[in-house]
Amino acid sequence: MDIAKMTALELGKAIKNKEISVKDAVLSVFDAIEKKDKDINAYVSLCKEEAIKKADEIQKKIDDGSLSSPIAGVPVSIKDNICTKGIKTTCSSKILGDFKPPYNATVIEKLENAGAIVIGKLNMDEFAMGSTSETSYYGPTKNPWDLNKVPGGSSGGAAAAVAADEAIFSLGSDTGGSIRQPASYCGVTGFKPTYGTVSRYGLIAYASSLDQIGPIAKDVKDCAAIMDIISGKDKFDGTSLDNDFNSLLDSLNGDVKGMKIGLPKECFETEGLDASVKESVLNVADKLKELGATVEEISLPFIDYVIPAYYIIASAEASSNLSRFDGVKYGFRAENIEGINDLYCATRSEGFGSEVKKRILLGTFVLSSGYYDAYYQKALKVKAIIKKHFDEVFEKYDLIICPTAPTTAPEIGKSLSDPLKMYLSDIFTVSVNIAGLPGLNVPCGFDKNNMPIGAQIIGQRLSEKKVLNAGYAYQQNTDYHKMKAEVK
Amino acid sequence: MSWEIIMGIEVHVELSTKTKAFCSCTTQFGGDANTHCCPICTGMPGTLPVLNKKVLEYAIKSGLALNCSITQYNKFDRKNYFYPDLPKAYQISQLYLPFAQNGSIDITTKNGDKKTIRIHEIHMEEDAGKLTHIAEKGISYADYNRCGVPLLEIVSEPDFRSSDEVIAYLEKLKSTFEYLEISDCKMQEGSMRADVNLSVRKVGETEFGTRTEMKNIGSFKAIEKAIEYESKRQIEAIENGEEIIQETRRWDEALGKSISMRSKENAQDYRYFPEPDIPPIYISDEMINEIKSTLPEMAETKKEKYINHYGLSEYDANIITSNKTLAKLFEETNSYCNEPKEVANWILGQVLYLAGNKNLEYEEIKISPKVFADFVTVIAKGTVNRKTGRDIFEIVFDADETFDVNKYIADNNLAMVNDDGAAKEIVKQVIEQNPQSVEDFKAGKTRVVGFLIGQCMKALKGKGNPETLSKLVNEELSKL
Repeated sequence: MDIAKMTALELGKAIKNKEISVKDAVLSVFDAIEKKDKDINAYVSLCKEEAIKKADEIQKKIDDGSLSSPIAGVPVSIKDNICTKGIKTTCSSKILGDFKPPYNATVIEKLENAGAIVIGKLNMDEFAMGSTSETSYYGPTKNPWDLNKVPGGSSGGAAAAVAADEAIFSLGSDTGGSIRQPASYCGVTGFKPTYGTVSRYGLIAYASSLDQIGPIAKDVKDCAAIMDIISGKDKFDGTSLDNDFNSLLDSLNGDVKGMKIGLPKECFETEGLDASVKESVLNVADKLKELGATVEEISLPFIDYVIPAYYIIASAEASSNLSRFDGVKYGFRAENIEGINDLYCATRSEGFGSEVKKRILLGTFVLSSGYYDAYYQKALKVKAIIKKHFDEVFEKYDLIICPTAPTTAPEIGKSLSDPLKMYLSDIFTVSVNIAGLPGLNVPCGFDKNNMPIGAQIIGQRLSEKKVLNAGYAYQQNTDYHKMKAEVK
Repeated sequence: MSWEIIMGIEVHVELSTKTKAFCSCTTQFGGDANTHCCPICTGMPGTLPVLNKKVLEYAIKSGLALNCSITQYNKFDRKNYFYPDLPKAYQISQLYLPFAQNGSIDITTKNGDKKTIRIHEIHMEEDAGKLTHIAEKGISYADYNRCGVPLLEIVSEPDFRSSDEVIAYLEKLKSTFEYLEISDCKMQEGSMRADVNLSVRKVGETEFGTRTEMKNIGSFKAIEKAIEYESKRQIEAIENGEEIIQETRRWDEALGKSISMRSKENAQDYRYFPEPDIPPIYISDEMINEIKSTLPEMAETKKEKYINHYGLSEYDANIITSNKTLAKLFEETNSYCNEPKEVANWILGQVLYLAGNKNLEYEEIKISPKVFADFVTVIAKGTVNRKTGRDIFEIVFDADETFDVNKYIADNNLAMVNDDGAAKEIVKQVIEQNPQSVEDFKAGKTRVVGFLIGQCMKALKGKGNPETLSKLVNEELSKL
């Protein structure tokens, strides 16, 4: 039995039944990493020693019955923008250097309390800014389905590690599609929860009003189980929400009878949408229809305004959030500097990569006096309109289904040279963040180059049960999520 | 033609909540560098602010006490700027929707002039840390203990015309916040800071002149000096045909000068935008009413009561009610002895005198109201005379509540000699012993009467009743 290929729930059950020891689980993931990661480059850092030590502790607790969560003893890999106490957290940026947070993110506390074991930190676009994981200071992550292609981003490491069976499951973050789009490119299941359902405390902020942590896993059941552990109101995050999910895992029943699904015509008519993507995603709708759902065409007329609004809001917040990286307190500090302004300028010029600097400049510009009303204020108005449109749709429909990305994964090196095209690859995902909705990527097919295609299932705020259940129903009746990349 | 000074004041007040605005660190003043901080107030990557509810409660109290309308839909904004004392590189503040607006406060200057000052707005924000520069080493040290301590910024309208008005306003704010128990307003510890926006114009003009903003003024005295300096500077500049530049100036106490920091053209663009980490806060009518019902009796109400009910003079009532500690001492002491005028006299006399002598803040006065009341009773009954009373009071001032005034007087034999027979004897003796004085008196030098009374008091070891002695001395002399 190849442990690293198991889902989190399968492995958790095997550990509980004493079929597999926690230590073996941890070691087999490290084995996989050692074999594959020189090609994939999914990890920024590993914590093998700590993980093995933890494995013994967790094993004892499982044996004495004090730990009984469904993922007790299961290894987890964490995107490198989520703070892990004493473990290097870099956001794949030079500027954080070997910053070791003095505290754990709330999601880490929750996972560790449930007995999950952190084994390493995952590569990403620098500060989660990018759609290809190429902007990492630690080099690009490769797509396990084709090493010449990008894994998507920004949670590229998180998606690639799961796709290559170098991770049982991972946590990513999603500001404009950063969980769903790489999950789509890598053929894995990724869930971006309703804004506020998972605490952001300890997530190094890119755009605070859009950022949300979520799971990337091998199937919807795992995502539901992980959500049960990481979601909930957190006293350290004022924007976190109470929810009445009880157990999302237990609520999965695969029953979609009577569910009303909308297919936004604008998404399927978008210029640049691959025919194979369109076909595969429409097949998802057909499958759910087969299972008893009703499917109708709907309209999301705001789609042209989504990308500009997103880049203004996200860059504005980023310009403020990233100001604290100034060389004064932690991380990288430029040398041979004279005076405080020089320290700031040199540290930030040398410490940030070009995509990050681009967005800081854009964000600084749109917030500056005289431009605030024309850009930021207007973007907030667009945000309100988008929210309202979605609310109207969800008065009549339970779910929306559309492609996660217009194409499959592009080749490494082709995107950054055409940033506008790269930004457009987020067109189907960003509106979900703007409206704070839950969005799920499920693998739903392959293009002619055998690259995975993903469908996105979107629901109203706090309708995680419906979203996950639709995805579960689909996966019960299809095998795309079980297809494995062959990493040579 | 004479000049008029126009000023508006921005006051920063640190709130005395136990914990900081957005984390659970203590707000206590002092402490070793970087010992009152945590990942949140030092702005570690990934941390988030969560508003301390007490901050909101204290803020609403201040708004109600300053007669403001309370903004019910509240938001915070980020004020972005780089400085090493600001670890997040932005200050959480309120630009677009300050929690309180359009208020007013009545002030009385030291000359007794009354005026109403309009409050433009009050908003909440957080304090920054402190930098210490060691010039010879070329090193700066950052201490983040004050980071995240909650602040109120009270912005007045340009209603001030003299430094007396400014001082009266600051004293009134200090007194108000002390009554509300929301800040200790200590300028020397930086828990109260004032920036002065100042312009000048010729009397009769209706347009405002160009203003400057003075920062870093560390005491009431410095405010007076800074206003005097800056208004003179501006008037001289205008009279010399120069133009006033709108700028921020730093008050340098050592030099006694205001020094230009930055002009408007170089003003920082703070790139304010709504703080996304703190959801909007709705202040309900119930919450406002609940806080309203817990507001303590304020100086104005107390003053009226002291004048109308206790018969104090307006002057006395003003001083006692200007400070919460004094008012509390007055009320508690009087509740035991019911001698309001006597209590007030001793507070305004010996209490303030001894506090001044011992360099105590009013808040540090530890006198026991019960002991103080016993003492006042003794004085009112005439058990000891005032001179002896003042000596005893020095002990009362520092004594704890177990101190027994009556026992002390008995043990030390300090009771006033009210026995007319004994006093008469002494008076006769003194007159006999001072024939020269008697001659002088006969020659019309009446001031010897005082001398003779003094000699009698001395013979009675200070315990004589001054009224009785005066009466007896005059009687005896008139017999001669």
